[in-house]
Amino acid sequence: MRQGVESYSERLERVALAPIGKTSTGFITFILILLAVAGWGLYAFILQLKYGLVATGMRDQVMWGFYLVNFVFFIGISHAGTLISAILRVTNATWRTPVTRMAELITVVAISVGALMPIIDLGRPDRVANMILFGRLQSPLLWDIVSISSYLSGSLIYLYLPMIPDLALMRDKLRAGESPIKRTIYTLLAVGWRDTPQQRHRLEKAIGIMAVTIIPIAISVHTVVSYVFSMLMRPGFDSTVFGIYFVIGAIFSGIASILIVMAIFRKLYHLEEYITERHFKNLSWLLFATLAIYAYLTFGEYLTIGYKLKHEEKMLLDSLFLGGNAIWFWLFAIGGTFIPAVLLLWRRGPVLPRILTAAVLINIGMWIKRFVIIVPGLQVPLMPYDFGSYTATWIEWSITAGAFAVFILIFSVITKLVPALSIWEVAEHHEAETAHSTGAAEEVEVAR
Amino acid sequence: MPDKETGLNRREFITKSAAGMGLVAIMSSPLVEILKLKRDKPAEGNSQITSAAGDAPKNAKRLGQWCMVLDLRRCDGCTGLDLPPQCTQACTGYHFVPKGQEWIQIFKTELQGDGSYFLPTPCMHCENAPCVNVCPVAATYHTDEGVVLIDQRRCIGCRMCLGACPYQRRFFNWGTPEQPPEVNSIPYSPERQVPAIRGTAMKCDLCANMLHDDEPPVCVNGCPRKVIYIGDLTEDIASNGKEVVKLSRFLAENNAYHLKEELGTQPKVWFIPGHGEAVGRDAYDTKDRLPSVWAWGGDGFDYRINVVGQKQ
Repeated sequence: MRQGVESYSERLERVALAPIGKTSTGFITFILILLAVAGWGLYAFILQLKYGLVATGMRDQVMWGFYLVNFVFFIGISHAGTLISAILRVTNATWRTPVTRMAELITVVAISVGALMPIIDLGRPDRVANMILFGRLQSPLLWDIVSISSYLSGSLIYLYLPMIPDLALMRDKLRAGESPIKRTIYTLLAVGWRDTPQQRHRLEKAIGIMAVTIIPIAISVHTVVSYVFSMLMRPGFDSTVFGIYFVIGAIFSGIASILIVMAIFRKLYHLEEYITERHFKNLSWLLFATLAIYAYLTFGEYLTIGYKLKHEEKMLLDSLFLGGNAIWFWLFAIGGTFIPAVLLLWRRGPVLPRILTAAVLINIGMWIKRFVIIVPGLQVPLMPYDFGSYTATWIEWSITAGAFAVFILIFSVITKLVPALSIWEVAEHHEAETAHSTGAAEEVEVAR
Repeated sequence: MPDKETGLNRREFITKSAAGMGLVAIMSSPLVEILKLKRDKPAEGNSQITSAAGDAPKNAKRLGQWCMVLDLRRCDGCTGLDLPPQCTQACTGYHFVPKGQEWIQIFKTELQGDGSYFLPTPCMHCENAPCVNVCPVAATYHTDEGVVLIDQRRCIGCRMCLGACPYQRRFFNWGTPEQPPEVNSIPYSPERQVPAIRGTAMKCDLCANMLHDDEPPVCVNGCPRKVIYIGDLTEDIASNGKEVVKLSRFLAENNAYHLKEELGTQPKVWFIPGHGEAVGRDAYDTKDRLPSVWAWGGDGFDYRINVVGQKQ
């Protein structure tokens, strides 16, 4: 153990870089478990390729199922990054700095996993290139492709830009014995960053431009995801409010996800000094605000169709409120919104467990809500058929589990390669804060 | 650590990469031609059919605008004959419709008051077709003669069209379609959807290939009650194989209607209200239609809903 004086930035670097490249047995086991689950999902997908989609629970009546639910869910949580790093940046909320990196990572990984889902869902995944070769701009699916690919590239740039100074730091911190490949990679990625005032100015400018650019792209992404459904003449889908409804839902589940990720990395990577209760509290207010908007939109959506009670929509509401889907609807309504709302407002007891419980409930609730949007709307017969039914098969469950495993896997591995905190931004934020107090406050005494 | 200068400054880097991209763009311009050729393929398929079918000059004639009229006054769902619906049977037999799909399907549905009627429903071949609008790869399209077709060799199986069709007249080959071996000897075209391809959508094609040969769709001749009229909007004429009527007058005089007119899909299939009274069916007749039969057997599976524990 070291004894002595350590400056704020030294300590920050030490803490943030500590997990890089170090793997405990626990971590290896965790990765192996995730790999096993992902492998199982892959096996299920190979079986699905072999037998065709008949291996799933989907049929002509309910022609979409778990895969599209996952798609909307993953694209939803990808909005975490945009909110934290872009919206909060544009609104100058400086407390965001310690969470930006994690939020952007969620974005990139969630889009990548989410975008796979519609391809897994295709009857002919071998012809996916037709979407580019014969793409028709009239189709909402093509809007998805354009929008999601822009979002993925934008988010990658937006993840990478603020990482450059940190990559340069890692390049400089590499010890002599490290492998040359590692050195080359970090050197290449750091693109000659020397932290000159000119470089800093350019970087700030680039990040600023990306922050503004990424917001409309993010909004467009979830809007067109909703259009895949609302362009269809189906009860429950046939709605003008779907665009904003899905966008708010996405930001809502995105904030819940970032809260969970923050709590995990705070604990595992010992970031308590940087990710404080204040961050959780601030985000929990944002979470509550989006929850309130989402609940309001949900209420408005069902009131407007329930008041007029068109034949097919009555069948849908019967099924949602009292019938076969009632359990899912009320699980979402009570478990996914009401209880979390109480938890977020009722400020008694320990802060973190309270907020975390709410966040976990919200994420489960939002997955269920996507199911409630997609499946019951398709179950309602438009012709003199019986009410449809859908039961996911083990293939669908396995691929879903595999997708979540891949998400966690990629996320965990990346945090071992790059710091989970944006070191230079946190340091900059700290400097700006201490500049207000005495100039000598730079050195913080820590006895260890 | 060595601090290497790359030898490029920013300006040079940008100009060089721009020049590089321009070069790539120029070199890839032949690709555009290839893509265009690919785009033209379905049309090629159509012309093959016409030229194959016709040394006769009749194929060079005017284009029809095909439509259908279903006279429900004459439809008893073949209950009077104690047969499964014969239109469906004719369709299934000619197109080798995979077991479990009914491209023209007969629903028994309720009349006002009490009683029931039979509703045969083919694809409506909508003018403003929701399925054509949402298809991301133009696998489903309108022909010049107003028929909505599907190119199963292009279809990616996203099932947007199944979701979009308000008449639920589209079917998806979830598994390997069950068809007799003779389908393999028929050359595929979107107008002749055999053999069926797993992972693609299928539906009634109005027997587009037969219309080219001035033959009516097989359901028209298959119907023993002469319910189904095939019509041509350009000539204002329709026929059920027994009588020929002036289409517009026939529709007007008999209060013809569209299914779900209010949706604005502009279907090209009309219905004349009735419950089989012209062939002696009583509105209160409780007799249900018989299930369709597939001559080539096979296990089949429920296309509408997944029955848990069913054989994959």
